Amino acid sequence: MKNPITGLNKVFDNRIRLGVMSILVVNDEISFNDLKQMLEVTDGNLATHLVSLEENGYIKVHKGFIGRKTNTTYSVTRNGEKAFTDHITALENMIKGVK
Amino acid sequence: MTEQNQPQDTLQEVKDIRRLMERSSRFISLSGLSGIAAGLFALAGAGIARYVIFKNYYAEYNDRRFFDSNDFVKLKIQLFGLAAAVFAAAFISAFYFTWRKSNSQGRSLWDHTSRRLLWNMAIPLVTGGLFILGMLQYSDWRFIAPACLIFYGLALVNASKYTFTDIRYLGYCEIIIGLINMQFIGYGLYFWALGFGVLHIIYGVVMWWKYERD
Repeated sequence: MKNPITGLNKVFDNRIRLGVMSILVVNDEISFNDLKQMLEVTDGNLATHLVSLEENGYIKVHKGFIGRKTNTTYSVTRNGEKAFTDHITALENMIKGVK
Repeated sequence: MTEQNQPQDTLQEVKDIRRLMERSSRFISLSGLSGIAAGLFALAGAGIARYVIFKNYYAEYNDRRFFDSNDFVKLKIQLFGLAAAVFAAAFISAFYFTWRKSNSQGRSLWDHTSRRLLWNMAIPLVTGGLFILGMLQYSDWRFIAPACLIFYGLALVNASKYTFTDIRYLGYCEIIIGLINMQFIGYGLYFWALGFGVLHIIYGVVMWWKYERD
């Protein structure tokens, strides 16, 4: 039998990174503040995890302005979506394996 | 993470993911009580409208036995004011109960899900509103009630992608009632009361029963 843990993605070990991905796969585009509000995390903490997701090529960053205020939005890349789906499938297989 | 509690952790993780996906893409603070309140206001409004039309306007018309255009203009203004008041009361009560629910859920009422819901509901609703004003401009009152019901139904079907999917069925019913009303011109007020009053109350009770009972 294949080890069920092999499908798990290291990048999604962290709850905040996994949370960001969960939100991004069902929303076209979402702002930093909306993410912060939904995940209930601090600016710095969220920013660090967003950078690491971006470096992995899982999310895209769009810098824009609303008036003079910066408005940074994020969206998921095709790679990110695939990585996330694979991770969820692996999680589901793990649960099924236990039952 | 030890071997023993890993299944529970994994299960919890999947639950968290599902909750975040649901919460971030749909506005789920819409309260069933909002529907009940809106329905009650609509029924009250329809009752008052019926009274104004039949007891005031037609009674005077029958006494006098000739058509007075001033009276007719007065009636139109009264009904227009009444419609605006019903709309305002329904909107404010819907807002209040939804605000109360989102407060108890510890969510903010104004986030990207509620903005998106409002915007997508507004497209058919504003279109319908302008269309109806256009009909009034040409003094064509026959299709006002059906148009209200149909455009509102379309708005709900469109909105169902951004809130509880159940609202889609309310939308279907409104559209069907609106289309049937097309064949019964002159009974608009009754169809209007059925669509905006009775259906809202039924929908509100079902939603409350399903999601808010506890």
